[in-house]
Amino acid sequence: MTVLRPDLAIIADHVAPGASVLDVGCGDGALMAALRDQRGVDARGLEIDAANVAAAVARGLPVVQGDADVELAGYPDASVDYAILSQTLQTCRAPDRVLDELLRIGRHAFVSFPNFAHWRVRLSLLWGGRMPVTRLLPERWYDTPNIHHVSVDDFRAFLRDRGVRVEDAWFLAGDRRRGAAAANLLAEHAVFLLRRC
Amino acid sequence: MSTDQRFGLDRRVTLTGPLALDGGGMLSPVEIAYETYGALSPARDNAILVCHALTGDQHVASPHPRTGKPGWWTRMVGAGRPIDPARHFVVCANVLGSCMGSSGPASLDPASGRPWGMAFPVITIRDMVRAQALLLDHLGVETLLAVVGGSMGGMQALSWPATFPHRVRACVAIATTARHTAQNIAFHEVGRQAVMADPRWAGGAYYGGEPPAAGLAVARMAAHITYLSEAGLTEKFGRRLQARGAKSFGFDADFQVESYLRHQGLAFVDRFDANAYLYITRAMDYFDLAEEHGGRLANAFADTTARFCLVSFDTDWLYPTAESRAVVHALNAVGRAASFVELSSPYGHDAFLLDVPELIRVVDGFLRGVE
Repeated sequence: MTVLRPDLAIIADHVAPGASVLDVGCGDGALMAALRDQRGVDARGLEIDAANVAAAVARGLPVVQGDADVELAGYPDASVDYAILSQTLQTCRAPDRVLDELLRIGRHAFVSFPNFAHWRVRLSLLWGGRMPVTRLLPERWYDTPNIHHVSVDDFRAFLRDRGVRVEDAWFLAGDRRRGAAAANLLAEHAVFLLRRC
Repeated sequence: MSTDQRFGLDRRVTLTGPLALDGGGMLSPVEIAYETYGALSPARDNAILVCHALTGDQHVASPHPRTGKPGWWTRMVGAGRPIDPARHFVVCANVLGSCMGSSGPASLDPASGRPWGMAFPVITIRDMVRAQALLLDHLGVETLLAVVGGSMGGMQALSWPATFPHRVRACVAIATTARHTAQNIAFHEVGRQAVMADPRWAGGAYYGGEPPAAGLAVARMAAHITYLSEAGLTEKFGRRLQARGAKSFGFDADFQVESYLRHQGLAFVDRFDANAYLYITRAMDYFDLAEEHGGRLANAFADTTARFCLVSFDTDWLYPTAESRAVVHALNAVGRAASFVELSSPYGHDAFLLDVPELIRVVDGFLRGVE
């Protein structure tokens, strides 16, 4: 049993047993497999990379190859208990629309993303004057898939503007959980549990 | 089990039916040529039906009796393969309308004692599927673990859960479509017209004389082009000349690709009946799963609980990825568990039969997930 990435472990711990899930940007299906095997979850996936899809399907997981920016429109309203978007929001062309779709398809939505306002990122820009290359943001400016960088406070403001309710939130630094205090500065990674008001 | 004459290679059965056809009318009796591999489990829950393509046959994993060539899908079916007779009871039947032993235009019309020819009723993909269901009844298989096929076999695979929602637990549909497009129909019509323009076709009543080999060969040549990719043809042949140093300034097969196509055409007429080619291409052209279900493809999958696995290939322009994706959208709309991946291959439509290791891995994992 492989160890789940810390943000995925948080999500896995908070999905109700036996629930239904759509994992958007599911990668090779690590979270889906854990949810299926440990919590009896009916997990479906959407993933853009063919090699990842092949790996997930070869694990017996129902995963569809497709682009979250395009393919979510075909899923019915409130068709799963949880729609999950882990480490994918910042790669979407239209993250606002993808989030709308997530909250339409799922009765709840998990969203996790790397916090672009973490102090290391700020220092890199402030002192180095260079686009940050960190452990969670390892790509350089020209080859990064992350085209919509977002901070914890950006995301909170965005949710407020759109009337999305935050049911819970978790923050990670150095792969460890930390409190919500000063999360915008101190958290490397955020996980939000959301639902439409 | 081994003494039961229903099971094994090169089986034939005559079923009373009658089989009610989509085009109206009944077919009775229904002859079906088929093969089985492996043993049906005591719980009868390990049966996999493999569906063949337009010019395929029941010899999925055994040598072809006429050509001696190995089975047509030994990459997928066999020991250590995704469909493994050690685990599965595998059934592959020659489709209705074909010419490898199942009822078709070349078989005898019991009323006249002569070959049916064009008096054979026009059949559909769903008729083929219903004939397969009759065979499964005969074999004592109520529910399939899976139905698996590529190209026209994939059409049957998709038609199975739509026609018998509770008789199939999983569907693997590769390089296929839920309906024939205008372009698909157009290519088939070229082939049919080539057959019918051959004077030897004689309105389909050529049995006992010379068959319309020239017309059928042209039909096969045209169709064969649609099975390959442009890049694949370029890589294989380019503009290279066939066993000559210069162009002949005549109409011999100067180019290797011409020689190759002529060979494909000639080899085909030795093993296939021209009328069967007309009937089966017609069945494919009539195929539109949405039309059969009130014009909405999702309706076709509303009643089944089967799980689906679809695979397309990036160089397949006959049934391109968009066709598989349309099926996936329909499955999502009714909440069916679906897997879909577009695999990369240089081989075009034919990729489903060729060496694509990812395909084997995907189908293997999918089937194990269902078991």
